[in-house]
Amino acid sequence: MDEKDLELLRILEENSRLSTDEIATMTSLAKAEVERRMAALEAAQIIKRYSTVINWERAGNGEVSAIIELKVSPERDFGYDRIAERLSRFRQVTSLRLITGTYDLQLIVTGKNMQDVSRFVSEHVAPMDRIRETATHIIMKSYKENGNTFFEQPETERLPISP
Amino acid sequence: MRNFVSSRAQEIPPSGIRKFFDLVLTMEDVVSLGVGEPDFRTPWNICESGIYSIEQGVTSYTSNRGLQTLRDALSHYLAQHYGLNYNSNNEMIITTGVSEALDIAVRAITDPGDEILIAQPGYVSYGPCVTLAGGTPVPLRCVEKDHFKVNPDTLAEQITSKTKALIINFPNNPTGGVMTESDLKAIADIVIDHDLVLISDEVYAELTYEGQHCSAATVSDLWERTITLNGFSKAYAMTGWRIGYLCAPQELCDAALKIHQYVMLCAPVTGQVAALEALRSAEEDKNSMVNEYRLRRNMFISGLNRIGLTCHVPEGAFYAFPSVEKTGLSDEEFAERLLKEQRVAVVPGSVFGTGGEGHVRCSYAVSRKQLTEALERMDTFLKSL
Repeated sequence: MDEKDLELLRILEENSRLSTDEIATMTSLAKAEVERRMAALEAAQIIKRYSTVINWERAGNGEVSAIIELKVSPERDFGYDRIAERLSRFRQVTSLRLITGTYDLQLIVTGKNMQDVSRFVSEHVAPMDRIRETATHIIMKSYKENGNTFFEQPETERLPISP
Repeated sequence: MRNFVSSRAQEIPPSGIRKFFDLVLTMEDVVSLGVGEPDFRTPWNICESGIYSIEQGVTSYTSNRGLQTLRDALSHYLAQHYGLNYNSNNEMIITTGVSEALDIAVRAITDPGDEILIAQPGYVSYGPCVTLAGGTPVPLRCVEKDHFKVNPDTLAEQITSKTKALIINFPNNPTGGVMTESDLKAIADIVIDHDLVLISDEVYAELTYEGQHCSAATVSDLWERTITLNGFSKAYAMTGWRIGYLCAPQELCDAALKIHQYVMLCAPVTGQVAALEALRSAEEDKNSMVNEYRLRRNMFISGLNRIGLTCHVPEGAFYAFPSVEKTGLSDEEFAERLLKEQRVAVVPGSVFGTGGEGHVRCSYAVSRKQLTEALERMDTFLKSL
């Protein structure tokens, strides 16, 4: 990893649909060099995949997400890792983190509707061994995800020509 | 009735961009590369500290020199980033934008009859400021062959017994040219030998894309005769907050301070509070904006060369200054026809004085999408000629 790799990552994180030609021009690298670096970053699993930030609320598919917090009894030798790995296998779990504070694990769970989410939590998550307590917070509205704001910002008015 | 307008006010030319400005306002769907300010908003932490200070009732005058906390932070910042040593108590004034800093600097050193050399192409205010101060502005031509740096030989030729000072601005508006340490060394001896004041407007210092910005006052023995001007507008996207600063040895600083006291009293307090927050917490915001300008620059310059407008690679600021000579049009005609026929606004180079003719200034402080659109339209325009 060097400065150029970091620059590539920043560019791709912002817009992964740029062509290698465009990226090469912006970074002053040869096209082949951009391709080689991207392949290496993919191989190293630094680039996990190329995805899209979507405002699902606006897309209107009616999906519901919830933040689920769990108190978990850690396992000897494994701590939280094994249970976290089990949880992460569910398609419904879109994010999973170990956190400090009152709870141990924090999940983001997505389902078709509120019933779907609550059924998943009560039938699959809460009954798991070593889970002592759950707290479910339904997400009512998203204002910002991964650095992207979901509300309209008026265009900044600049003078069309200034010295 | 007499003509009430003073001869000095009559003498200064009207703004060269006014005509374009008015024309652009009548049109729709214009992609403007004519803007001399960042397209980013001021980072929110900076805005928030300004808002909070208003809520707290921080709405009074500050000391003439500006908030002590801001000057202390600035003095530290300049030392760390540029190796510039200015005492925050008596060698620094916070001003209402660099525009004011320029005005008081010029007035502090100019006597009637003094000639002030101005590196050109250059920002539009230098000449009129000199005229208003009673001096005579003398253009010093910088050419594309030298990457628009000050050429030491040209400088030496232009100096007369009346020459008092030299005004430079690197990284440069409109050319994007920079002067490295060795470039500055090459002119330092001439400036010192002829006992000139050097006014160095470094408002684009943070927007340097290759290597580090070299501040003129750190070169050779220039410090004792240099007035350094800089501000927060470009680096932190804070143009509307109007905060600049002037740094100079005490004698020069005191003279400028007297003028500042009478004409401005102090810079706006909310802007000063915000500027302090910029120094404290906006380094990363600044760096990410600079990175984005660099990417756009690479993209835009390669695009210009591809469509046939040859252009040296600007190493600083956010302007490209391509030559339009081979189109057979003057810069004025080029800019006017490009605007009317393809709705892309650029600024004719002759607005920026000697050496600007035959070029146009394109600002890449616009989104990549707009840059791509502008390039496509410019390509269409060039092919139609």
